[in-house]
Amino acid sequence: MSETSQPSPALEVHDLTVAYHKKPVLWGVDFEIPAGKLVGIIGPNGAGKSTLIKAAMGLLPLSSGWVEAFGRPLKEVRDRVGYVPQREEIDWDFPVNVMDVVLMGRYGKLGWLKRPGKADREIARACLEKVRMLPFADRQIANLSGGQQQRVFLARALAQESDLYFMDEPFAGVDAATEDAIIALLRELCSQGKTLFVVHHDLASVPDYFDWLVLLNLRLVASGPTSEVFTPEMLAKTYGGQLTVMTEVAEVLRRNEALAREESH
Amino acid sequence: MAGLLLLGMLMAFPTLAQAARIGEVSEGNVLDRAIRFFSFRDPTVRIAVAGCVLLGLCCGLLGTFIVVRQFALVGDMLAHAVLPGIALGYLWTLSKQPLHLFLGAVGAGIIGAIVVSLIRQTTRLKRDTALGIVLGGFYGFGILLITLIQKLPGDKSGLKSFLFGSAAALSETDLGLIAVVSLVSLLILGLLFPQFRIASFDPTFATSVGIPSQAMHYLLMLLLAWAVVSALQAVGVVLVSALLVIPAATAYLLTDRLHRMAGLSMLFGMIAGAAGAFLSALQTGLPTGPFVVLSASALFVGAFLFAPNHGVVPRWSRQRHQSRKIRRENTLKAIFHLLENEGSDVAEGKVSHQALVDQRRRSPLLVDGEIAALVRHGLAESPDEQGRVTLTEAGRARAMEIVRNHRLWELFLTNAANIAPDHVHDDAEKIEHILGEDIVRELERSLDQPTEDPHGRVIPLAMEESGGSGI
Repeated sequence: MSETSQPSPALEVHDLTVAYHKKPVLWGVDFEIPAGKLVGIIGPNGAGKSTLIKAAMGLLPLSSGWVEAFGRPLKEVRDRVGYVPQREEIDWDFPVNVMDVVLMGRYGKLGWLKRPGKADREIARACLEKVRMLPFADRQIANLSGGQQQRVFLARALAQESDLYFMDEPFAGVDAATEDAIIALLRELCSQGKTLFVVHHDLASVPDYFDWLVLLNLRLVASGPTSEVFTPEMLAKTYGGQLTVMTEVAEVLRRNEALAREESH
Repeated sequence: MAGLLLLGMLMAFPTLAQAARIGEVSEGNVLDRAIRFFSFRDPTVRIAVAGCVLLGLCCGLLGTFIVVRQFALVGDMLAHAVLPGIALGYLWTLSKQPLHLFLGAVGAGIIGAIVVSLIRQTTRLKRDTALGIVLGGFYGFGILLITLIQKLPGDKSGLKSFLFGSAAALSETDLGLIAVVSLVSLLILGLLFPQFRIASFDPTFATSVGIPSQAMHYLLMLLLAWAVVSALQAVGVVLVSALLVIPAATAYLLTDRLHRMAGLSMLFGMIAGAAGAFLSALQTGLPTGPFVVLSASALFVGAFLFAPNHGVVPRWSRQRHQSRKIRRENTLKAIFHLLENEGSDVAEGKVSHQALVDQRRRSPLLVDGEIAALVRHGLAESPDEQGRVTLTEAGRARAMEIVRNHRLWELFLTNAANIAPDHVHDDAEKIEHILGEDIVRELERSLDQPTEDPHGRVIPLAMEESGGSGI
């Protein structure tokens, strides 16, 4: 890896176990992610992908284990961590406009009694411009399409100016054009040395999008560079015996490799 | 404008109430009471009004968060669950000691909230069911206790007013309690407004940036319990939750920003409080709660009907405006088609009344009306002696735009979306009226500046493009 000069990994998850009502949903998850990676979290439904990022951010109580970002406990580096929740978790009729939502990204740095000032508004506007939502700044959020809502959430995350991002299915329910725009933005963030953790569902685009993968199915199946980890054997382990999916994915993989070879020539 | 209307409704409301009771009470009597009320000479009136207005403010503010967090039922549950606490607080000293009643009520409210979470955690019952169980169970127990207390000796005169509220029975201690609760709520929610907004909108995100949304939730519940308890004497157990929900719901219909909603909600709460205190003061012995809630409901009905964006009447009038516009445009299009079919010049050509009746397949009377509408909007010249119609410049431009939109859309559906040419007409009939400039330009680009529609008819050029050539 080129990150050998980096003293501590962007994220270290050590022996993490999470339980709901005494029923474990994640067992002994243990991995390290070097900084500057675009990381995909892949696994079947109910594999604990959302649980993993929520637990890593300290939003859920841990049964055991610990999480460190940049070599320090997550609580101490909260202002360096950004979050994009799933779109369905939100009441979109809530009386706020697009600008209100993006400004929410600034409060982590503002403290309790300070209100966002001119500089914060400038940052929020710049972030909206980046996701091409500035013309919608005064819109009530219910009057946006699904893709636009997702872009507003991304703008809020950008406004957090973090070094480590957790994103829960940012591609869910968005159109192809928005998906392209989002992935371009994520790559740009990565090239600035930021680390992005993205829960993702569409296996076909995995080798295209991510340079690091965390394969998850209630336990950690594998964590490593996409080229090493995105193999039919690993996917078979992750998706446990679902052979139809496996054959499909193997096919997709072969097609993608052919595509990649063609592009490099 | 909506504000004025609401104000008007409120002004009309007391008059109506007076009118309804002229039969029972002499007019002078009601007037005297009204004058006495507005002179504020009577300390009871001063305390009652101050209490109700402060409560309206406090409940309006808290209610804003209750409504956007979808917690309306929680307020209802708390309001009912405190009743046994009040009865037990009375039994503690066998007198109406405000402090003891207050402690009993807050205790019962907290126990009620705990029972709700217990039911949810240990059974598979959902939140609304758990709330319903606690609401009914606690309330029934409270009624039982209060009925029993009525049989005991001692001063229990005002205890029944906890059910429906009596602002006239407010003591200075009660008012002090209301003032403290209002002030604390205003201070906490005002200072931490942005944090409460984030925690209400997206609690997970709030926690991730270090805002303790769970703790803030409990803080809000505590303020709510206090507000409910302090409101009991004035508006009563049954209707406190209405004072929490209705002003906030009214404000929600009027704005899309949380801080404006909070401001409006407080304003409506205060108006409802003042109006309720006034109405119940017109005759002694009438409970305050129903009047406060009725005033709040009157405001809600006003917003429901006339709110600029979400109101029923503006929406209806927008639809009517749009359907009239579509009808005018269809008349224009019919005239254009007639001229096009007979090959005459759109600028000069005249269309006879009969031809238009045949083309539109409407009665002559209706077509008269349609022509009159075109003339009124400057789209057609007044018919000549033979009743023939010519389009004005504006009318011509719009007619060509509509036909152009229609044919472009048909072409787009057949070419780009692969829909059979005989299936595209009906869709284009609707789309032609709403296509904007931008979309039309994009259609032209994607269709490569077409000149004919799928049925082989010429797509008319837009006016500015055709320039002075005079088609």
